[in-house]
Amino acid sequence: MEAVRSQKKPAVADDVVPTLPLYRTAPALEVRLEDFELYAIDRLRVLKGISDGLSRGKKPDEMEKLANELWKLHMRHPNASEVVNKDIISHFVLRLVYCRTEELRKWFLSMETSLFRYRFRFQTPEAQRALMAEFHLLYKTVSNAEYENVKDKLSQVARSIGQSLSSADAIFYKVPFEEVPDLVATRRVFIQKGQAFVAMNQVVSLVVTQFRTLLSKALALTNRKWTSMIREQEKDRLTPLIESLSSSYLGPDYSQPREFTEISLKDIDQVAKSSFPLCMRHLFEKLREDHHLKNGGRMQLGLFLKGVGLKLDDALAFWKAEFSRKVGAERFDKEYAYGIRHNYGKEGKRTDYTPYSCQKIISSVPGVGDHHGCPYRHFSEENLRAALGKMGVSNRALEDVLEKVRNKHYQLACTLTFEAVHGTSCDAGINHPNQYFIDSKKILESSNNANST
Amino acid sequence: MAREEIEKNGRDEMIIDGCEESKQQEQNNVIFDGVNVNYLKVYYGKFFPHADIFKWMSYGNDGKHPGCDYSYFRRREFSFTLDNDIYLRFQSFNGLSEMENSIKEKCPFKIDIGPVYSVDPAKRHAYAQGGDNVFTPVERELVFDIDMSDYDDVRYCCSGADVCLDCWPLMTVAIKVIDTALRDDFGFNHILWVYSGRRGVHCWVCDGKARRLSNEQRSAIADYFRVYKGNENSHKKVSLTGPALHPFLVRSYNEVLKIFFEEKLLSSQNLFLDEERYEKILGMIPDESVTSELRGKWGDNRRSKEDINIVRWQQLKHILQSGKQKLQGLRRCVEEIVFSFTYPRLDMEVSRHMNHLLKAPFCVHPKTGRVCVPIDPSHCEEFDPTAVPTLSKLLEELNMEGSRRESDIDWERTSLGDSVRYFQSSFLQPLLKSCKEEIEASYSAKLQESKNSLNW
Ligand code: SF4
Ligand SMILES: [Zn+2]
Repeated sequence: MEAVRSQKKPAVADDVVPTLPLYRTAPALEVRLEDFELYAIDRLRVLKGISDGLSRGKKPDEMEKLANELWKLHMRHPNASEVVNKDIISHFVLRLVYCRTEELRKWFLSMETSLFRYRFRFQTPEAQRALMAEFHLLYKTVSNAEYENVKDKLSQVARSIGQSLSSADAIFYKVPFEEVPDLVATRRVFIQKGQAFVAMNQVVSLVVTQFRTLLSKALALTNRKWTSMIREQEKDRLTPLIESLSSSYLGPDYSQPREFTEISLKDIDQVAKSSFPLCMRHLFEKLREDHHLKNGGRMQLGLFLKGVGLKLDDALAFWKAEFSRKVGAERFDKEYAYGIRHNYGKEGKRTDYTPYSCQKIISSVPGVGDHHGCPYRHFSEENLRAALGKMGVSNRALEDVLEKVRNKHYQLACTLTFEAVHGTSCDAGINHPNQYFIDSKKILESSNNANST
Repeated sequence: MAREEIEKNGRDEMIIDGCEESKQQEQNNVIFDGVNVNYLKVYYGKFFPHADIFKWMSYGNDGKHPGCDYSYFRRREFSFTLDNDIYLRFQSFNGLSEMENSIKEKCPFKIDIGPVYSVDPAKRHAYAQGGDNVFTPVERELVFDIDMSDYDDVRYCCSGADVCLDCWPLMTVAIKVIDTALRDDFGFNHILWVYSGRRGVHCWVCDGKARRLSNEQRSAIADYFRVYKGNENSHKKVSLTGPALHPFLVRSYNEVLKIFFEEKLLSSQNLFLDEERYEKILGMIPDESVTSELRGKWGDNRRSKEDINIVRWQQLKHILQSGKQKLQGLRRCVEEIVFSFTYPRLDMEVSRHMNHLLKAPFCVHPKTGRVCVPIDPSHCEEFDPTAVPTLSKLLEELNMEGSRRESDIDWERTSLGDSVRYFQSSFLQPLLKSCKEEIEASYSAKLQESKNSLNW
């Protein structure tokens, strides 16, 4: 953003229908440094709010409402002409903050894309059309004759997603299925010979896909620019700001064990009982029982254990002890050891993988044979009851936990479990399995100390 | 001739003679433990269709047309699993003879095929030094992996690695459902189905546009096929919500699943045989009054001439589809039960990512000795996994041909012949024809483009 010092120019040209910015180029605007930070923090509030909403499992229409409210609340500006600038500047500042690791880019990309999706739906039809044109989404509409041919199928699809096909406004576009992956994934379109029949009101998905691609490329580019020049060029102005923003607002990622740095193999069973959150405890027990976990489970538990402080050698020994009982030591060395070293950054791209956050675990989709995921979200009520009983959650607390689960507040349910098991409150709430672990250890440690003195 | 010499020379007739010997041993030993390296040597020497695999993996880029990309084949990752459990990843080859020689020399127990990368995978380290992460997969067939061991909760005849003719039809159904959708819905044409050698099938979708799908697009297709919402720890495996089903599911149900369930699976797996089994099905009906009514009917186990599975299924359907239940949204239950028992169970992760490795066709399964032969989806009912040629059977056939050994290509006369011929004529030829057209079209488009820019 070398243009910060340059002349003030309008961010949007006058002859265009006012619509959403696509953040194609960094703004050439004069902004006070303090505003930079404030704008960025405001936008971060919106993105975090969306992220929380998603991890609570809110439905699309609830999310739409939430995003709209968050936007109105945080992104307004006393000076109406500044609103668009605030939008653009805050986006670019956060882009710098979040361009620096794969994990951060992923999060930012998915939150910004969600935000864009919700905002797009609130645009006027003219503005929506203008955006489509910007993305060169010039699809053919389905002709009347063709429409009559596939009408039955289209109405079947409409009914399958709880809508009805009103023939009056039934405008459909024929789009290569590759361009609407999320509509394909959720079977919300009829597909014939590679062409998806996309209803006018689904166009949002087309636009969002384009936006996502654009932003994803831009983030990779920003990352390169950041390391190659911006960090150095801006070392007196922007860089400190970016760095403070990221340290104060991103929260720890738990990739490096910090407190209680070590956990040894001989204690691991005991520690699993006392301090693992249910998601990890379940995987741990399943592994002990079946001597096997599928890939999703190995990743979720493996990275958690890394974050908890299990050393690579111990991790290898630990997994090997179990797996070799099922598949034999040789197959373990051949097929599974690689993955474990990989988690520790010793193979492949050699990046250190970060332990999964609750949000990531909650939004995963375990399939047949899988044990990963968040039990509060992915267990049947009956199984969850049994599991919580085993953890020693009393009947009364159990009902509270299940109440939260029914309302899809999975992390709150986990927090209540934590409180029930440890007999203390946990005001911060549970956001990360490794945080659960650390908080638990702290409590146990301090009560041990209290006992011994 | 001394035994060591036989092995050193690796001369065919010697090994074939040797093979007779060890065959007898094998019969005495009862347990046939894996595949012998010497057999494999013969297999790779005489049976494995190196040239066809090379043609396939070249996708027309080995031709003479100026639009051919000669680096294409070289950028493909192969990986070998060797005898002593050594696992060689990122093998790549300059051409047919380099590939063929390497396979014959290393004699891998398993050959896996990975993606086509941006650069020659064997040289990836050299590129990695450059800083930018340029070593990345750029093309890969869209692949599917269906494994019978994922069906253990719906089959009573076998479990785990075993299959028999009672449960194998589950695979046939999977092929039909997925194959039809790949062709009719997604518009793909060049699809290869392969027996995995033991208990499942693999599918390779090879159209140009399939090879160029991004991971996100691959996931979308995988999810399009997904109806299983549960995992090991929640009840419901299939959830079909909404007032209607998507046309793809309707077609699969009407044309394949329903018929298969009612006419085959119900009786062959004895799904309603005893209390334990029918309770599993009743567990899928979320209405106490219905289930207890059915339990009442089924409690006394009177013998009748009719098949008990069919009788009970009819009773269940009758109750669920009678007027009263219709209103309560229980009708979908019948479909959910059928889907639970019959709908294809894909290993999603294999399909989602470009860089997943998948075993090459015509490998020999190291445990069963069976060759991973193609399956013709239009005749997949006829496929019998227990009749697939094994390595030792092939060698025996070859041996019987002793005198004429020098002439023809060996596979043609053996029971592998039909499989190779099917691969060539039904899969490879049409594929290469369309690859050629694609290469020519994109070349002339490029020419046109550069002409335009010159004019301008
Ligand atoms: S809320 Fe988080 S820590 Fe708790 S079980 Fe779920 S994923 Fe694990
Ligand atoms: Zn069987």
